[in-house]
Amino acid sequence: MRTKTAILIAALAALHLALLCAAFIAPYDPVAQNRELPYAPPTRLHLHDAAGWHLRLFVYRWTLGDEGYLEDKSESFPVHLLTTGSSYEFLGIFDTTRHLFGVAPPASIALFGTDGFGRDEFSRVLYGGQISVAAGIAATLIALLAGALCGVIAGYYGNWTDQSLMAGTELFLSLPWLYFLLGVRAFLPLHVSPVRTFFLLTCVIGLIGWARPARLVRGIVLSSRTRNYVLAARSFGASDLHVIREHILPEILGVLMTQATVLVPRYIAAEVTLSFFGLGVNEPVASWGNMLSTLQQYSVLVSYAWLLAPVGALIITSVIYALLADVVQSRLEFPHPGN
Amino acid sequence: MRYLGRTLLRAILLLAGISILCFLFTEMAPGSFFDELRLNPQVSPETIANLRSRYGLDQPLIVRYGRWVKSAARADFGYSIAYNAPVAPLLWGRAKNTLLLTATGMLLTWLISLPLGVWLAARRGRMLDQAFSIASSFVVSIPEVVIAVALLAIVVRWRLLPLSAGPLHGEGISLRTHVQDLATRMLLPVTILVFVESAIIVRHVRASVLEVLGTPFVQAAHSFGICRARVLFRHVLPAAASPAISLFGFSLAGLVSGSLLIEVICGWPGLGPLILEATLSRDLYLVIGGIMLSALFMVGGNLIADLMLLAADPRIRTGALDAD
Repeated sequence: MRTKTAILIAALAALHLALLCAAFIAPYDPVAQNRELPYAPPTRLHLHDAAGWHLRLFVYRWTLGDEGYLEDKSESFPVHLLTTGSSYEFLGIFDTTRHLFGVAPPASIALFGTDGFGRDEFSRVLYGGQISVAAGIAATLIALLAGALCGVIAGYYGNWTDQSLMAGTELFLSLPWLYFLLGVRAFLPLHVSPVRTFFLLTCVIGLIGWARPARLVRGIVLSSRTRNYVLAARSFGASDLHVIREHILPEILGVLMTQATVLVPRYIAAEVTLSFFGLGVNEPVASWGNMLSTLQQYSVLVSYAWLLAPVGALIITSVIYALLADVVQSRLEFPHPGN
Repeated sequence: MRYLGRTLLRAILLLAGISILCFLFTEMAPGSFFDELRLNPQVSPETIANLRSRYGLDQPLIVRYGRWVKSAARADFGYSIAYNAPVAPLLWGRAKNTLLLTATGMLLTWLISLPLGVWLAARRGRMLDQAFSIASSFVVSIPEVVIAVALLAIVVRWRLLPLSAGPLHGEGISLRTHVQDLATRMLLPVTILVFVESAIIVRHVRASVLEVLGTPFVQAAHSFGICRARVLFRHVLPAAASPAISLFGFSLAGLVSGSLLIEVICGWPGLGPLILEATLSRDLYLVIGGIMLSALFMVGGNLIADLMLLAADPRIRTGALDAD
């Protein structure tokens, strides 16, 4: 159990670290186009050529012939680690041109192939993951903050505050959320800068989702409000704020943690869905959703299967979060002594 | 009877609340349908102002809401600007296709998952059960849009299903070819729908049957020597029905809204593509109409589930569960 948790947390940390350092790991700029290589298949990595085996991985250039892409075997290009490439700002701190791997210029390395503009799909998956996962996490934070606030107020003060807030949660829970999300998106400006879209998107997704955490939090607050230590603290004259901060917040942390692990993948999916339909983050900024939206055309889907790369990334992310949610739930919400 | 009245009242209040919420959002929205016109230098601001007043968009929020309620009472649900027609017939034309798809999907889903869930619960811990629970937790954790695209990719890549095009309700063709055409077209969206939904429902059915299997009265029944099949069907299933009935209500509730994604991805001419287009062109009342229609099914589905629970579960009739 403990090792499983540790492995999952390590996997999650590795995933987020990889996305955070996308600029370093990705060999290319996500918006840099290479018009000579549209829809190029994934670059093949070789260790063996006519001269025998080599210790260093190398690639060939793609040449576009009548029968599609063929490898130009006349010249091989070794894959360099920690090589120099396009300039970027590492974590927003310092400028550098160092990339994890790359090949010398006339050749290019596209591990997941390229899209219709010749942009490197591998780099875009990493950069797109930044946007999608950040949207998921930010929306989760908003939903949990709003939910916890309403839940604590409703549970702690009771009476008409409780009733009106719970009526609100019922309203939001019975909304057909995807329709409503589309509807709300329809009322927001369509052509705005990607940063503002991102901001609006996370706010909308987060604000629609406050109801369920609010209900869960309220339930816990209701039961912990009547605990003896809370009653004691109040009879000693502790202020409401003090009681909530010292005695009630620790109780709801477990639920908030489980909700976070459940909500993050769900909101990543929401962002992906909206962007897939062209209502989310716009081109040229990459997000897993808008990368997938080209697959709405059958011809692209049939011929260029490597463009499904974001699907793989999404599946990995969702599964890690789902497994973690199971573990967190069994450890925090129903802790067994001696486990 | 009081329970019924209370649930009904709550459903109506919910619908009213949702419509008010929709209108509040339209008020906050900075854009409108006429934004594109405004960019056109040949259209004068007066024309736009005229158009706005013709559709009543220059009125204050309360007046617009009042008019909308009146129009809803006439079963029009407002006026679509893009289609230049009342919203309700537009929605209904598409909703028929959506319902055809989702009702078929739901029927198949329940036909598959109910027996499967009970069977897996009865064989708990065996290989097949474990394999299924791993597979289903995998499916449940993956976003629906990803599953849909991945299945579509598989189907298209290996030409598993014919992807026919053309109008859905063709004229001058025999009933047989019509049904055949419809069936081949529905195969893919229905498969995706069943795949996604049944993973969830089987898990719930299995869990609720397992919960009852662990109770003392089932152990007692076993120790009396009643045969396993009889215990399962006569004693366990009725007791495990309540969660399944609520779940059935959820399925009903999702009849209109559950397939939006799949319709758009598979190109099924249902409500999904209509609402998506309306969203993109900001056809205000059409969007609100779509939300209201799916909310109607949501609330209605839950209402039906409540009523079925009332009929099936004596604890609700006597109010034993209202103690909290």
